[in-house]
Amino acid sequence: MTGTGPTCLLPLQPHDAEGPVFREPWEAQAFAMTLRLHEAGHFTWAEWASALSAQITAAQAAGDPDLGDTYYTHWLAALEALVARKGIASRTEQVARKEAWRVAAERAPHGEPIALDAAIRAGEVGRDG
Amino acid sequence: MSEHDHHHDHDHDHPRLTDAELRVRALESLLVEKGLVDRPALDALIDLYETKVGPRNGAQVVARAWIDPAYKAWLLRDATAAIAEMGFRGRQGEDMVALENTPGVHNMVVCTLCSCYPWTVLGLPPVWYKSAPYRSRAVIEPRAVLAEFGVVLPEETEVRVWDSTAELRYLVLPMRPEGTAGMDVEQLAELVTRDSMIGTGVARRPGDAS
Repeated sequence: MTGTGPTCLLPLQPHDAEGPVFREPWEAQAFAMTLRLHEAGHFTWAEWASALSAQITAAQAAGDPDLGDTYYTHWLAALEALVARKGIASRTEQVARKEAWRVAAERAPHGEPIALDAAIRAGEVGRDG
Repeated sequence: MSEHDHHHDHDHDHPRLTDAELRVRALESLLVEKGLVDRPALDALIDLYETKVGPRNGAQVVARAWIDPAYKAWLLRDATAAIAEMGFRGRQGEDMVALENTPGVHNMVVCTLCSCYPWTVLGLPPVWYKSAPYRSRAVIEPRAVLAEFGVVLPEETEVRVWDSTAELRYLVLPMRPEGTAGMDVEQLAELVTRDSMIGTGVARRPGDAS
């Protein structure tokens, strides 16, 4: 092997001979959620491919050099859009929940896992408008 | 209480979670609550693609085709069925086509639109496969791209570039290397690299560094 790949792979991070396949755990999570939703019949694979390529096209038009490193960013945006369009979880729900996680992350003591507290979720940030 | 005078020196301003991490957590927690996904299933999927698929499935298919002419003929005629027979089934219901490399024809695969990829046999796509330069240049100047991968073909070899779609994925059947006459399937599979099955590489020769 050439040794050009990063050497800081997390133990559970999928990778192959040329380096990590997912660079960060969230990429794997986004990937797996998409597959599960597809397998459960919430969208066809053609619908997914079209959502993803639309996202990539839009990103390129916005100036993304699109070198493969932003791939799962596009993937995530496409998943959010498709989930909203299919009525699985609205944009409002998604934004409110993201904010709830942000607050939870800020409040969690350092070194402890971040938990989405029910009070935070239902309280000041969880209400959708 | 004043808001700004409790300044800490450690990186308080750095978010604990990135924007993408927050969005993934948001989606995941919503989907779990709605009963649409569950975490063990997500973890199982990630584990599957991490340890059980990889390019090894594809290598098994190629090695068998090298050894078994009847299987090879079936693979080239109906790759979806021949690959499924080995237990590797597409998760997206896509059809597979196997492309045989010969001294006269070298096949390479791209997805110009996004990054459709035969996960069932090759695991997850490498970063370069997903990059815009590969996606566009593979079609425009395949020989230059191949040279960057260290593959220099004779002038007379025709290069064919195949564009994947959501419904159709390609597996390149690389040429069997010389000096492998007595080898069994397991030994041969070791020589089949991922890139050789995308067409941006050739199979290793016995004794080549892995």
